[in-house]
Amino acid sequence: MDDLYREVIIEHYKNPSYKGKLDPHDISFADNNPLCGDHIQIDLRVDADGKVAEARFDGHGCAISQASADLLVESIIGKPLEEVKQLNKDSVLEMLGIDLGPVRLKCALLSLKVLKAGVYGLGEASDELVE
Amino acid sequence: MLNVKEIRGDFPIFERETRPGVRLVYLDSTATSQKPVSVIEAMNDFYRRSNANIHRGVHTLAEEATALYEDAREKIAKFINAPSARQIIYTRNTTESINLVAYTWARANLKPGDLVILTEMEHHSNLVPWHMLATERGIELDFIPVAEDGLLDMDAYRALLARTPKLVAFTHMSNVLGTINPAAEIIRLARDVGAVTLVDAAQSVPHIAVDAQALGADFLAFSAHKMCGPTGIGVLYGKVELLEAMPPFLGGGDMIKEVKLRSFRPNSIPYKFEAGTPAIAEAVGFGAAVDYLTKIGMTNIAAHEHEITEYALERLEEIPGVKVFGPSADKKGGVASFTLDGVHPHDVAQILDRDGIAVRAGHHCAQPLHEKFGIPASTRASFYLYSMKEEVDALVNGIYTVKKMFG
Repeated sequence: MDDLYREVIIEHYKNPSYKGKLDPHDISFADNNPLCGDHIQIDLRVDADGKVAEARFDGHGCAISQASADLLVESIIGKPLEEVKQLNKDSVLEMLGIDLGPVRLKCALLSLKVLKAGVYGLGEASDELVE
Repeated sequence: MLNVKEIRGDFPIFERETRPGVRLVYLDSTATSQKPVSVIEAMNDFYRRSNANIHRGVHTLAEEATALYEDAREKIAKFINAPSARQIIYTRNTTESINLVAYTWARANLKPGDLVILTEMEHHSNLVPWHMLATERGIELDFIPVAEDGLLDMDAYRALLARTPKLVAFTHMSNVLGTINPAAEIIRLARDVGAVTLVDAAQSVPHIAVDAQALGADFLAFSAHKMCGPTGIGVLYGKVELLEAMPPFLGGGDMIKEVKLRSFRPNSIPYKFEAGTPAIAEAVGFGAAVDYLTKIGMTNIAAHEHEITEYALERLEEIPGVKVFGPSADKKGGVASFTLDGVHPHDVAQILDRDGIAVRAGHHCAQPLHEKFGIPASTRASFYLYSMKEEVDALVNGIYTVKKMFG
């Protein structure tokens, strides 16, 4: 349980490195978790080689959702979009370094869902994106 | 005053630990209450001894089951002082009761442009059915505003009434703020302009003495599971002349007097609204819950909750960074919704759970109300007849633990 609130998570929640918005941006997507009202927006700038040049997230929510967004955004900078498309649930859980029950898993995966919906250019974020 | 130690002995769930060595501190009764052994046993006995389908059967079990099902209806009628048991319609829950009114009375009586007045503190169950009807029928919705102190703005309500609404549907007690609204006055003013009234009594009937006749409500909806009864059963109370004039709700067995190949004649009330095999064991459990609450006394329960709530508000408000929403203890029921600076309610609830403390985090099915107060979510502790001051202390200690972790 204390694991859930590992220092790294509290630290990323309280002092996120990649919080904010990018204007202009090439990709932007936002979604909510209706259960708890968490909100995440992710903005990306993509360079000529199709790599993520810059990325930011914005929003509000619980420590798990905000810390995972910060870690996720940090991890994709410099990566090709094709590689970003391959990220899944396990990639996020590995970054967080914790096990999560079904309810909190939704908090942790909201940012990945938003990111992938944006990168794929979808109109709506679906749970299948993060299976 | 209640003997809370003795009352807790009636609830088997309090014997359990949420993990080894951690006792359950249940502060989530507004979501659903715990169940006394008498309710659990009544349902158990029904399945062990009397189980059969109700109505029309002539065998012993069918007669017993029917009698138990209808006895429960009588008990519930008495509990809210309804003039007759046929005004008690069994539904699945408060949500279905409100939807029943929206699907039958409202569709038969409301035209495009007709005004329905709700309040800003409604649960989604008393918002969405009306949104759906607005889309389908073009009815207008307007809302009695909630002031910063968590009370309804009655002057604004009087102004809204000048637009002659057809229906005023409102919560008797807010599930987030705890506010006990002046239901009798709201109903009297509505009646003066000829509006029908619907009271969402999901939180009031379990916690304070509610007299349907004294209130004068046309419709009143509540659920068993919030008042020591089982899930899956609720009630719509209505005035006889309204219920009789309404078209049926769901079609099927039991709601008919006569069926031909191409037509049917509906049954009389309350059966007209009870299609299909209902929740029979649950009705029996509901009756046992009403017996239990009656034995303890609603006035005693309300007084006990008031004492706990007063203590909880006092203790919570002394914690730096905690903001409690809603009016003072004398104007509300046993609910304390709060925010803690810098920590999301989900994190608060999760960390409290480590100490066995069950609270709810989120928008509690009242998203517009949270928007009004400018917060995405809140943490809610709620109390019932079995709640103890020691549990409030555990909550307060837990919040200090949260603060330390996020410090």
